[in-house]
Amino acid sequence: MSHYKMHLLVCAGTGCQSSQSGLIHEMLKDELDRKGLKEDVQVIKTGCFGFCERGPIVKILPDNTFYTEVKPEDIREIVDEHLIKGRRVHRLLYLDPETEEHILDSKKMGFYKKQLRIALRNCGIIDPENIDEAIGRDAYQALGMVLTRHTPEETIEIIKRSGLRGRGGAGFPTGIKWEIARRNSADQKYVVCNADEGDPGAFMDRSILEGDPHSILEAMAICGYCIGATKGLIYIRAEYPLAIKRLKIAIRQAREYGLLGEDILGTGFRFDINLRYGAGAFVCGEETALIHSMEGKRGEPSNKPPFPAARGYLGKPTNVNNVETFANIPVILLKGVEWFSSIGTERSKGTKVFALAGKINNVGLIEVPMGITLREIIYEIGGGIKGGKRFKAVQTGGPSGGCLTEKHLDTPIDYESLTAAGSMMGSGGMIVLDEDDCMVSVAKFYLDFIVEESCGKCAPCRIGNRRLYEILERICDGKGTGEDLEKLYNLANVIKDTSLCGLGQTSPNPVLSTLNNFPEEYREHAVDKKCRSGKCRNLLYYVIDDENCVGCMACVRVCPVNAITGARKQTHFIHQDKCIKCGSCMDKCQFDAIGLKSDYDRHTVSILVN
Amino acid sequence: MGKITITIDNKRIEAEPGTTILKAARGAGIEIPTLCHFEMCDMGIENRPGGCRICVVEVEGRRNLAPSCVTEVQEGMVVSTHNIRVLNARKTVLQLIISDHPFDCLVCAKSGQCELQHLATQFGIRSLPYAGEQSRYRKDTSPSIIRDVDKCILCRRCEMVCNDVQTVGALSAVNRGFMAVVAPAFEMNLEKSPCTYCGQCVSVCPTGALTEVDHSYEVLQALSNPKKTVVVQTAPAVRAALGEEFGMEPGTLVTGKLVAALRRLGFDYVFDTDFGADLTIMEEGTELLNRIKGYLAGDPNVRIPLLTSCCPGWVNFFEHNFPDLLDVPSTAKSPQQMFGAIAKTYFAEKIGVKREDLVVVSIMPCLAKKYECQRDEFKVDGNPDVDYSISTRELAAFIRQANIDFPGLPDEEYDDPLGESSGAGVIFGNTGGVIEAACRTAYELYTGRSLDRVEFHELRGMAGIRSATVDFDGLKLNIGIAHGLGNARKLLDEVRAGRSQYHAIEIMACPGGCISGGGQPYTHLKEEILKRRTAALYMADERKRIRKSHENPSIIRLYKEFLGEPGSPRAHSLLHTEYFPKSNEITITLNNH
Repeated sequence: MSHYKMHLLVCAGTGCQSSQSGLIHEMLKDELDRKGLKEDVQVIKTGCFGFCERGPIVKILPDNTFYTEVKPEDIREIVDEHLIKGRRVHRLLYLDPETEEHILDSKKMGFYKKQLRIALRNCGIIDPENIDEAIGRDAYQALGMVLTRHTPEETIEIIKRSGLRGRGGAGFPTGIKWEIARRNSADQKYVVCNADEGDPGAFMDRSILEGDPHSILEAMAICGYCIGATKGLIYIRAEYPLAIKRLKIAIRQAREYGLLGEDILGTGFRFDINLRYGAGAFVCGEETALIHSMEGKRGEPSNKPPFPAARGYLGKPTNVNNVETFANIPVILLKGVEWFSSIGTERSKGTKVFALAGKINNVGLIEVPMGITLREIIYEIGGGIKGGKRFKAVQTGGPSGGCLTEKHLDTPIDYESLTAAGSMMGSGGMIVLDEDDCMVSVAKFYLDFIVEESCGKCAPCRIGNRRLYEILERICDGKGTGEDLEKLYNLANVIKDTSLCGLGQTSPNPVLSTLNNFPEEYREHAVDKKCRSGKCRNLLYYVIDDENCVGCMACVRVCPVNAITGARKQTHFIHQDKCIKCGSCMDKCQFDAIGLKSDYDRHTVSILVN
Repeated sequence: MGKITITIDNKRIEAEPGTTILKAARGAGIEIPTLCHFEMCDMGIENRPGGCRICVVEVEGRRNLAPSCVTEVQEGMVVSTHNIRVLNARKTVLQLIISDHPFDCLVCAKSGQCELQHLATQFGIRSLPYAGEQSRYRKDTSPSIIRDVDKCILCRRCEMVCNDVQTVGALSAVNRGFMAVVAPAFEMNLEKSPCTYCGQCVSVCPTGALTEVDHSYEVLQALSNPKKTVVVQTAPAVRAALGEEFGMEPGTLVTGKLVAALRRLGFDYVFDTDFGADLTIMEEGTELLNRIKGYLAGDPNVRIPLLTSCCPGWVNFFEHNFPDLLDVPSTAKSPQQMFGAIAKTYFAEKIGVKREDLVVVSIMPCLAKKYECQRDEFKVDGNPDVDYSISTRELAAFIRQANIDFPGLPDEEYDDPLGESSGAGVIFGNTGGVIEAACRTAYELYTGRSLDRVEFHELRGMAGIRSATVDFDGLKLNIGIAHGLGNARKLLDEVRAGRSQYHAIEIMACPGGCISGGGQPYTHLKEEILKRRTAALYMADERKRIRKSHENPSIIRLYKEFLGEPGSPRAHSLLHTEYFPKSNEITITLNNH
């Protein structure tokens, strides 16, 4: 039994670490030691709480105080005031922007109210480097139950009936995947965890691995039992050193406790897990490319079928699942099918972890039941658009996804509805865009990423995506034409239709989705050479303001291409067709009469020209 | 399991389970276009990365188009191979590939033979709506092969042949995305890589990314130089294939016309490499018998098996990969080099021409021969025994340039004294031919008796590794034969492990033997052509009056007048060589870039 009277949980996810939560943790320990409280108060590092916007987070138990934006300078006050004198430090409490009241209990915060943390159940609660804490929260219970009370077939049946679908993006029914792997016989099978998480800005899997690594180890062992595999491999991107460190510790601890290795829990079942590292390739998140990478070959996908469940790693039946998918397994087995399938929609059961980012007040990691609406996510959980601006779109699914707009705000989020809206669930990235964002630039951003990450094996993705990017680049540079929009459309569809793997097949989605939802913006860029949000620098125009211009001729003289006309004491005029956008005129003007605008008075131009 | 029934373009077709849509369609006479796909069933070679996406078809119920070269048929599948969705997709993909390809057709070595060009014509490409930047690479010239990989379309055929068939490993895909290309590691020059110059990559490349170094201009210059006496030797495999370049039936023996064409091109003497082959048999046959006698007598210094060494691709391969076994191959030079050595000594003397004024040209089915004739040990004071080696393809182009109507030429005879050859010499072009020729002579030398039957059918065939035991009147010789360097490696691994059961092994680097060499007319993947070429050489052998190398009068005269006997000091110095270990270490110096 613990003798501690209080627990301080310090968020040690990568996000908070980069805001000095590691130092906070050290300083807290030192301060407690100095004040003689070492025996009474425990300080632990936990996984991600999710409220990254307000990090670093320090949570105090048992009085359930949730401190936000804690700095190393605050430590002394926390210890003196809260721990010793019993008085909360109000300025570190979360202030509800609407009611303007402090909220102590995170469960009452707008950010957390509608969340349901299943995959993230232990993140922010346990010390991920301590297996005892994980076990205290039921880690390895499901494994024990399954090994002693269920056959592999029965277990697979449970997973099937739960309705769990792959959380990596494609949403394939997990139970069926395991069943197929079980059916294929071989002398060796493998369980692979896909921890490559390549989507820019996505950190769902990272948080689970950093905050609750044992959930993954347990789930992989359960999977091994079900499909008949004795070896597990976690393919983790090298860019996740903290997650790697925590996994290594967890694996070592599990082995020490006999929960991995030979004769697990005395049942004769053996299963062990090893790590494999990525080397900076998004495409290696595709399961066949991942497998080739693990085999030491070039990380290129191969045509499917055959699927890895039939012929995978080293030619053997291999089950590949995403981190979040695995995270759901133990809790489904412990709490039961009825419970899990009561959450979510008819065809999408359970919850989904999203990385909420962009122009939103509450940036962070959220986990919500399927079926929640976009409106609830953005305005309740997300706390609304930053700066009170107008909502424009939400990009889901990263480089493979598309955008949802105002008309989708009340759509329940699940696999089918997102696909029907021209986007996809993807691995969970959710970027909120407001009126100041340029949708063409967003598409271009994702395509730039794709062009960098395409493996190059198949012609449509290797060359087609490059050409798609070049067209967008031309459009954003002011060199587009109306014909370019048709080309974009046809090319994007052919790339989708002919690419070899999921990367190429989904890479045109951002383009197609923005083209469908914001056709006027594309037309404005390509034909009118105008970017209404002002994001495309080459579609900005130096314009002289009639009111402020005094007619001093300074800009006329300084313009290197004689693009400005005007007589003394009369408003000068910049001829856009000649302007090279060097900015010298604006630098020169003493009267603040020249500005960089997203459009110019075309009417006047046509009059003047004529 | 019973057959599967599918529908392709409204046609009901039956196929075995495991058949791809492409093969099922072809079986029913429906030709789906392909680009990266490459197959030679008899040799178990199939390249199907499924990367070009040209062979895509529509499969009912499938969300996207399916690559027919890798998609297996399923019961009840309904396939459309040319509806508007498919045609638009194919055309767009081809336009994309062409958009990243140099527009060099007019000056490209592959023009007229290029599979990409062929598809562009077939698809009626008339515009390039998706033009943009093109990926550019350094052009790389080696002694035999030119890599112009701006033209690479990533079909991966060369990579497959080099790694999986030849097990040389000089080429692989490098870089990622748009800059991806097939190249040696670190994009180093081919010359620095373990490349053996076997030229199989050139044979299979669909575009002009991999071509041979063209020496025909140097030959023309020599021919035009009044101070030079230009002598030509023709390899066995050339006469079985050259006609194909002029529309003649594959497998037509064009020896007489070959000679006539060379004369009209201006060569002063038209000789035959087959003479060199007979000479090789004299030396190597003797060496084989000496080694076997020594081996049977228990001499520990004698190495068995003996490996043939007439194939420079093969020599390169074992210098790189088996430098510990350099005493195993025969010390005999190749027929090309033996010929050159004799031409520049014995023959030069005979006609009173100085060595420097004699130019020896060889016509070869092989690209490695270009590299071989440049090896330092085959030069005397810097003057090579063989000055230039040109391939069958280059000769054909040369003949065309000279406005010669090849099929209309009369049959002419080779010149003396280096133009006469036996049937044993001519079968050198076939896999198994070298060792069969050696057996014909070795048998008679060993037993002192004459062969009743000259053909050794047990040594013939197309299987990649073959074994046979030849009975020399009680002395049973185990013969191993391999073609394709991957097969050669297997036999050499056995030799290295001390497990080899053979007394003699014949190796040819090119799968199919020399008739399938890197410099032969492109077969466009038709194996039937290789079979016919092989048959042509055996037929040429049958038609010969003299079937055994040691009965060749010109050879007998050469020994009498000049060499003495096989293995004599002069024979040794002119006709034998040594080998050098080649490092596999990669040393890249910045200067080389």
